Amino acid sequence: MEILNALALLANFVVVPATAYGAQLALGALGVTLIFGILRFANFSHGELMSFGTMAVILFTWVLQGQGVIIHPLPTALLALPVGILVAIVLSLTTDRLVFRFYRRKRANPIIFAIVSVGVMFVYAGLVRIVIGPDDQSFADGARFIITAREFKELSGLAEGIAIKQTQVVTIAVAVAVVAAMFWFLQKTRSGKAMRAYSDNEDLALLSGIDPDRVVMIAWIITAALATIAGTLYSLDKIYKPFIFLQILLPIFAATIVGGIGQPVGAILGGFVVAYSEVMLTYAYKKFLAYLGPSGWAPDSLVQLLSTDYKFAVSFIILVVVLLVRPTGIIRGKVIG
Amino acid sequence: MLKKILFTFVCAAISTTVFAADEVKIGMLQGFTGPTESLVAPMALGGEMAIKEVSDSGLFLGGKKVVPVRGDSTCIDAAAATAAAERLVTSEGVAGINGATCSGATTAVLNNVVRPNGIVMISPSATSPALTAIEDDGFFFRTSPSDSRQGQIIAKILEREGIKSAALTYTNNDYGKGLADSIQAAFEARGGKITAVAAHEDGKADYSAEVGSLAAAGGEVMIVAGYVDQGGAGMIQASLDSGAFDRFVLPDGMVGESLTNRFGDALNNSIGTNPGTDSPGAAMMAKITADKDFAGDDPFVPECYDASALLLLAMQSAGSTDSAVYKDHVMKVANAPGEKIFPGELAKALEILAGGGDIDYVGGSAVELIEPGESAGNFRETKIDGGEFKTMQYH
Repeated sequence: MEILNALALLANFVVVPATAYGAQLALGALGVTLIFGILRFANFSHGELMSFGTMAVILFTWVLQGQGVIIHPLPTALLALPVGILVAIVLSLTTDRLVFRFYRRKRANPIIFAIVSVGVMFVYAGLVRIVIGPDDQSFADGARFIITAREFKELSGLAEGIAIKQTQVVTIAVAVAVVAAMFWFLQKTRSGKAMRAYSDNEDLALLSGIDPDRVVMIAWIITAALATIAGTLYSLDKIYKPFIFLQILLPIFAATIVGGIGQPVGAILGGFVVAYSEVMLTYAYKKFLAYLGPSGWAPDSLVQLLSTDYKFAVSFIILVVVLLVRPTGIIRGKVIG
Repeated sequence: MLKKILFTFVCAAISTTVFAADEVKIGMLQGFTGPTESLVAPMALGGEMAIKEVSDSGLFLGGKKVVPVRGDSTCIDAAAATAAAERLVTSEGVAGINGATCSGATTAVLNNVVRPNGIVMISPSATSPALTAIEDDGFFFRTSPSDSRQGQIIAKILEREGIKSAALTYTNNDYGKGLADSIQAAFEARGGKITAVAAHEDGKADYSAEVGSLAAAGGEVMIVAGYVDQGGAGMIQASLDSGAFDRFVLPDGMVGESLTNRFGDALNNSIGTNPGTDSPGAAMMAKITADKDFAGDDPFVPECYDASALLLLAMQSAGSTDSAVYKDHVMKVANAPGEKIFPGELAKALEILAGGGDIDYVGGSAVELIEPGESAGNFRETKIDGGEFKTMQYH
């Protein structure tokens, strides 16, 4: 019983939130890694692209809610998602045509691309603030919980409850579906194979007649879709706050680099590594150990490795350690520079 | 020629001295420039309104006139505040000082001017807890409560509610840290246990990690010293989501309708405190300033009015403008027993005091001075019931 309580505690505060967070990071990292694989630069505007796509989803969600179109108990935002994706695709293709293509034609250095993407990021951020403003927006509807902590306690008779939010389940389900679709696309379709070939060896791909413009276009379309889905799931699960899309860039980049840059599988792996590290290193294990130890005993301290203030430092540490020890990442990817 | 000029000067000097004999000066040492200038503009007018009210009554110390003399304490420049106070005391010869505005300037003036010269000073707006313990020789008072007062009120409520342990989170800035420290100190002094203290940063989307570490430490309630539209609400959201805490204690920054609108019945039974009073003083302040070009219920305006009033009423009670004598009368006129005195009733108060009676000055901010000479402050205790803040009582 005590062991079950300890596990339930850990599940409630570590496993469930870290899994949902990991799925959100993985989707974000997939987009960054894809752009790196095809266009060969670190895309700093990815976070704000997520924000922009999510904003479009929110606006359309409000329209749907206003019309009374809801799909209870699922969040209405899922219905609005395709529209948001479309808006994000238009935005990123326009950006590519107006900005990135210019530098691609000049065969600019990757570092110049990265700096340009920082500029793009600021423009996106400005657009978002003009359209929807800097404030928090809550657009989650539908049932909030699959099971609340209290219901779980009553059901299982344990002292510790496990709360599972509906958005967490939706996040994981959508992430699995999207990742599966993307791998099917990359492995089985002609366009996917062309993209992988282009990513592996640009010159060879060009010689075998692959149209680079088409590859770039597909890369942006997929990236915009991934970004919008990741941003929407993150905002559904937590809250939509325009400011955090700059902060979330750090764990996403960490996930990309940990997994191996340009490696889709690595991005997913990296997302979960970063999410679990963040949550596990900052979790206080006092109660968990108290359940496992002799009854009536509890550690004096919180048994917390890092204060939660340092949550973002975890991403930084992972980033630095990986770049020092294994710059290629878990799955041998490209090296920046 | 030179003789003539000299003569004029001497004449002028004599005439001022003669004129000053039946005129009492009160220093208005406020932060007229700097970060508080917009706050101070109506405050000073409020303080001067009380002085004029006393002066016009003709009842003050047998008909003496009272005039305010302004001095700029700034807010952050301790040297400028000291120089301004020095001028008020030595060259203007004020009988008491209403000021200073900010805690830092007040501390500097207290140490460098008030204590060496033995002048009574009443600050309307310095709220630093450090001023409670500072050595003041009995010359310093304030009509605003110390920032730590709310912590004591919260500790008292928790004790009454039978809550023995609490987790504490605060927004990571001076306000949050100061409030959290005062709550922790007061609660532990009453035998309560703060199981864990965790800061939270505002402006994040997710607070599950912060709540997770607090939940590991346990506690019957979570005290959230944060902001209602910021991380404070995020902490509550994450607590409710994970089932970590379902009862909260909400200091002033968290008491707002947006909180109950967002969480509704989920917060039932949670406790809130924020500055507030059921005293009619504030409404009366607003009324007597209706024809003036400032509002009597602006921030710290009642406190500033009260600071001036207390200075003058203490002088009346002591029958002297000598600080060393009337300093012992400030607490006496401010507290019970005696006839309650509201804004606009200063003439009545002067009359009672002249006749040897007792007054209990309530004023615009419901002043109740506690040792060592500072306002107890007025707090409203609320409980969330049916998804709404309901007033329980006033402290």
